[in-house]
Amino acid sequence: MTAKETIAPATNGETHAAPSSPARPAHGAALEFGKAWTYAPAPEAADHVRIDPRYELFIGGKWVAPSSGKYFDTVSPSTEQKLAEVAEGNERDVDLAVKAARVAYEKYWSKLSGIERGKYIYRIARVIQEKARELAIVETMDGGKPIKESRDVDLPLVAAHFFYYAGWADKLAYAFPGRSPRPLGVAGQVIPWNFPLLMAAWKLAPALAAGNTCVLKPAETTPLTALLLAKILEECDLPPGVVNIVTGAGATGAALVAHPDVDKVAFTGSTDVGKRIQKALSGTKKKLTLELGGKAANIVFADAPLDQAVEGIISGIFFNQGHVCCAGSRLLVEEGAFEPLLRRLRDRMQTLRVGDPLDKNTDVGAINSKMQLDKIRELVDAGEREGATRFSTPCELPARGYWFAPTLFTGVSQSHRIAREEIFGPVLAVMTFRTPDEAVEKANNTMYGLSAGVWTDKGSKSFWVSQKLRAGVVWANTYNKFDPSSPFGGYKESGFGREGGRQGLLPYLEVD
Amino acid sequence: MAAEGGNGKGAAGPSGARTYPDFSAPTVDKVMVEERAAALGKRSIKKETKVAGLLLSIAMMDLTTLEGKDSPGKVTQLCQKAMRPHASPEVPPCAAICVYPKLVPVAKHALAGSSVKVASVATAFPSGLSALDVKLEDVRRAVAWGADEIDMVIDRGALLAGEKTRIFDEIAATKEACGQAHLKVILETGELGTYDLVREASQIAMLAGADFIKTSTGKVTPAATPAVTLVMLEAIRDFFYATGKRIGMKPAGGIRTAKQALHYLVLVKETLGDAWLTPDLFRLGASTLLNDVLMQLEKERTGAYQSGDSFSKD
Repeated sequence: MTAKETIAPATNGETHAAPSSPARPAHGAALEFGKAWTYAPAPEAADHVRIDPRYELFIGGKWVAPSSGKYFDTVSPSTEQKLAEVAEGNERDVDLAVKAARVAYEKYWSKLSGIERGKYIYRIARVIQEKARELAIVETMDGGKPIKESRDVDLPLVAAHFFYYAGWADKLAYAFPGRSPRPLGVAGQVIPWNFPLLMAAWKLAPALAAGNTCVLKPAETTPLTALLLAKILEECDLPPGVVNIVTGAGATGAALVAHPDVDKVAFTGSTDVGKRIQKALSGTKKKLTLELGGKAANIVFADAPLDQAVEGIISGIFFNQGHVCCAGSRLLVEEGAFEPLLRRLRDRMQTLRVGDPLDKNTDVGAINSKMQLDKIRELVDAGEREGATRFSTPCELPARGYWFAPTLFTGVSQSHRIAREEIFGPVLAVMTFRTPDEAVEKANNTMYGLSAGVWTDKGSKSFWVSQKLRAGVVWANTYNKFDPSSPFGGYKESGFGREGGRQGLLPYLEVD
Repeated sequence: MAAEGGNGKGAAGPSGARTYPDFSAPTVDKVMVEERAAALGKRSIKKETKVAGLLLSIAMMDLTTLEGKDSPGKVTQLCQKAMRPHASPEVPPCAAICVYPKLVPVAKHALAGSSVKVASVATAFPSGLSALDVKLEDVRRAVAWGADEIDMVIDRGALLAGEKTRIFDEIAATKEACGQAHLKVILETGELGTYDLVREASQIAMLAGADFIKTSTGKVTPAATPAVTLVMLEAIRDFFYATGKRIGMKPAGGIRTAKQALHYLVLVKETLGDAWLTPDLFRLGASTLLNDVLMQLEKERTGAYQSGDSFSKD
């Protein structure tokens, strides 16, 4: 193929003279994206990745068949093809896992010095780095997220979390000056499908550093990377039972949090399930942290760096197909900036490449499951019925798999379902405001409070607004920035407890 | 200093004072713009896309020599290279040759009958620190000698001192001195210090009549960067929406590898879209880029890297 076949006429400078070519009326001006110089497919090779046909439960350092003898399929949401079958753990299996964790706690892990625990955790971090490419590919195949995200965001953060908390293992005595921290015992941890391996890291790394042993229940639709992590733990010679991985669906998770010998429950997932867990745990001695849903406001003032705000908005809502608890799913724009910002946003959305998650140029991958796709569709339909105006990018979606085109709604009211409920998909609700007070009022007018974004060129305004926002994380002139040293967690129905940083150790410690 | 001749834009207001168009532009956040520009460098450009992009980058190239030792012999050789960069028939000629004014007649002669344009730097290049009438005479002379395109420099000292209207007037006057020649306005972004000022300078240049805006002279480091180019492309986009006019973009200086050239094409494709993917609206100013692009093309064609001596050094 030559340049001439793919590119509009290349005539070397003659047609450009402004005086000779009448200017198109500005109001009719439009940019076109996509026809010239299209990108050839650039798939990440996956042939070196080995996925076993069947995975058992990882209990007490051994791979154990589920007592029910039942297995469930895990499928690739981008192809609907079965990747492997995975053991379905039940109450008995959970009991075995908790017992194994208790034995490991008493026999090995609580007897080790911090520096020795730290060595194991450093080792895990290093092996994850070595296997990052394979883990990223499996994460993308099992969950549908673009390879550029699993490769450039998930995996580096996974390793960073283990490295960060490995460093705390021998410094716990100095983490809370004047107080003496002790581990709790056995932690039961239930994690979601949006960042499968990263959430496993967020849960395991601080728990292990603090001296606890763990039973981890990965999400039903994305169990594979946690199981590969189990193999890494074997490779690192982690004492048997220190980490146990019990796969399964909601019932498996329920059995884990209800187990009487679990000292601490950590859950990341939906607010509904979070509420049920909190009910189940009331009256018990178990410590609990919940990291639940969100409906974050991304607030853009008229004096903001608009083009960079657009990048933050795009990352805020389309990163990981919007399957992000801290997604900036409500855009609050100062009225004076509405037109220029929305024009930019629509242009930018058209450059998003939706499709094969393993393609290195894909920006938006597959929706994680049929169930989630149905939920997104239901809420988008509600948005249309309630009178908001929908704009979806005119992208071609693959015939197989679960897909949803990047979408935004204008004309949204605070009362609309799409403004109040967490959609957990690539759908943005745009609203306007007139004053900083109104922006703050609208931003806080939600049952959630996990995160928020503020975009302004004025530092004082940025500080004023972020102090008024009731959200666990406020990003200023950026969005979706994560670091293991920074605590993360919610207000209100977004949950409680903090993960990350020194604060992230506390839920796993008894501190006198 | 007042503009020489009516450019029609900086007109006299009712009170007799000159009025100017609105130079204001959105602010730019350094961290996020650099992040976005770098992210676009991660696009995976393979196979037919790579070949098409490399060929396009040759067609967009302003093959440049701006040295004190430039001679008619050197410039003639470079013109030969620009007209026929490589023996293989699918390789297009470059867009233009970019030289100092004194060498314009040599280039014009060498390029006679070809599609390759002659671009000349002018206006007391590279500093722009001379009297306006001298700078304008520089332009008129280059045009009279046959330059199809003029690459002017702005007076960065004046801009940094806040004399925006002066910059506007000088560009407008230079545009008029260009006559039929196209005007590229070099902002010398490496001396402006902030992206905000780059954005504002882009706006001033386009309002004053630039056909192209260009990053750098190549005499100052940093020269072209992906982030500064992105800021200028966004300024071009806003100007297009405001006026319907398509202004061209030319990053120049420090672009040496095929990979960099493709990165710039990605920036254009994903910021301004299809209409700008043409030499009419996008140029790459470079002196050593061409052979690396040719080497990559030969690699795609034959599957192996050729020795550097397989490509003519002109």
